[in-house]
Amino acid sequence: MENKIALEAKSIFKSFCDPVKIDVLTDLSFSINRGDFVSITGKSGCGKSTLLYIISTMDSDYTGELLIDCELVSGKSEKELAFIRNEKIGFVFQFHYLLNEFSVLRNVMLPGFKYNRLLEEELEHRAFELLKKLGIEKLANKMAYKISGGEKQRVAIARAMINDPLILMCDEPTGNLDSKNTEIVFDIFNELVDSFNKTLLVVTHDQSFAEKTHRIIVMEDGRILN
Amino acid sequence: MKNKHIFLIARALLMARFKQTLVAAVGVTFSVAFFIALLGFMEGLNKLLDGLVLNRTPHIRLYNDIQQSSMQPIDLDTAYNDYHNFISSIKPTNSRKEIYNVEHIIKKLNTDNRVYGVAPKVTAQAFYNLGNIELNGLINGVDVVQESKLFNFKEYVFEGNYMDLQNRSNSIILGQGVADKMLAKKGDLIQVTTINGEQFSLKVIGFFRSGIAELDKVQSYVSLATCQKLLGKPNNYISDIQIKLNEMGQAPVIAREYEQLFRINAEDIQTANAQFETGSSARTIISFAVGIVLLIVAGFGIYNILNMMIYEKMDTIAILKATGFSGADVKKIFVTISLGIGFGGALAGALLGLFFSVLIDSIPFNSTSVPGVDTYPVDYGIQYYSIAVVFAVATTYFAGWFPARKASSVDPVEIIRGK
Repeated sequence: MENKIALEAKSIFKSFCDPVKIDVLTDLSFSINRGDFVSITGKSGCGKSTLLYIISTMDSDYTGELLIDCELVSGKSEKELAFIRNEKIGFVFQFHYLLNEFSVLRNVMLPGFKYNRLLEEELEHRAFELLKKLGIEKLANKMAYKISGGEKQRVAIARAMINDPLILMCDEPTGNLDSKNTEIVFDIFNELVDSFNKTLLVVTHDQSFAEKTHRIIVMEDGRILN
Repeated sequence: MKNKHIFLIARALLMARFKQTLVAAVGVTFSVAFFIALLGFMEGLNKLLDGLVLNRTPHIRLYNDIQQSSMQPIDLDTAYNDYHNFISSIKPTNSRKEIYNVEHIIKKLNTDNRVYGVAPKVTAQAFYNLGNIELNGLINGVDVVQESKLFNFKEYVFEGNYMDLQNRSNSIILGQGVADKMLAKKGDLIQVTTINGEQFSLKVIGFFRSGIAELDKVQSYVSLATCQKLLGKPNNYISDIQIKLNEMGQAPVIAREYEQLFRINAEDIQTANAQFETGSSARTIISFAVGIVLLIVAGFGIYNILNMMIYEKMDTIAILKATGFSGADVKKIFVTISLGIGFGGALAGALLGLFFSVLIDSIPFNSTSVPGVDTYPVDYGIQYYSIAVVFAVATTYFAGWFPARKASSVDPVEIIRGK
């Protein structure tokens, strides 16, 4: 099942109607196989973030079909989409978006609370193992706002991984990081793909980062160029 | 999604804005506390004021009413049976005021297990002689022991021993108003003229104060035997039988029953004192209305604070949603926050309300019109506490529900994109 399709988009259209109708995405179709490490690049305003929000099921205001794990998700209810997001998609944003009210460990465990397949001890153990893999296990009990930017991004990756998702989506994951931290994050991504056979989809501005991925999707004016 | 984790997140959000949370909770606490104190105080006063009259009013009074016979001679004549007979200006016959067969009635009443106690009574119209002046008076002949047991007679006798009424013949306990007018002291002999024109000397052995000044200007108490003597009647002459029931609410039904059974007039307390019920319930409604307004105001406070919290925590909501929390989960979290504030505030409020009640209860309150009371009356009924807590929790639930719905419909894309 090496080349099984993880995510498939079929002729996706999206337009903003306020104040005037602007087509953001026109007739986008592509698919991503399991184990792929894909980056989406393009100039600002080409619609790559919009595309990410659509394929991450957060934005359901579009036409076309979206299949995740060969399951049609277009037109599902908000509750079902939330469940799919929780189970199959891990998120890393440009800004870390950790919850300051919780410790690092709790932040990582949070999506697991919703998933609710593991006992709390197991979940905690799993979260700790993830932090260990990312080399930040000593931060586990610190409050989230007390750690540095690079560390926060790694915590965010651990959080994205907690439910063992099918696909990891990242929106400018290194946009806010210096080159050293960017390298660390890239290495982590690489390892996730190579050792854990995860599927990665990264939206990025960073050409050098994009070039190191297995496949680059270049977008311009709401279309895919290559 | 386990409730435990909803709690966990809700608690963390609460703690993050601890001061605001506290302000909201204190709002609930105070409104619950004032609700309880207000209603407890109001009900305490209600009971006290009603008690002034109701405690001394028999639940059922048996007596012979003066009324026209419903069977007039013409009705007995078969020749006029088919006619409408108009008789004007009918007068009652010279019927006896006393109750027939009183001993048997009292014996029968004492075996009825719905009856708490029975007190016979004789009333005599009389004049108190004060030099040339005659003061109108009403002298009650009572069975001292029963009167005290059923109607707290001894509470109202503020000078002298009420038992002396029974132990010493020709003794009288004067109403305070009468005593003041006559300048009577304990041990004085006073002159009383009955409506038959006979004069008696009675020894003053005490004074009583009912709390209703109008009554005290007229009424006095003597023993049954003395009163019968005043009227020149034998010792089986009883004009009223006062009955106290175990359940006051049954009075109208039982009164009807006795009316049938003893062929006598029976008046129940509800008919005789309907206005007290009305007054009490109106006061209770007013205090409930004020209390509930307090709670609703507290609810608006919570609404405001949760709304602010949602604006502050947009990022948190967005990330929760992005990582797979559904709108329903987010709503649950915010409703939990609101209920947490409500519960905490309400429980603290119940305690504070109890404290306020105790405080009010210890404020000195000396009123000449209310005997036997030296602090403000407070009712500690559990119902006020439960109503306040339930209503507070319900208010906070609704106050939280609207902001929670708003939070649940936050679009994570908009928040994340905005960065």
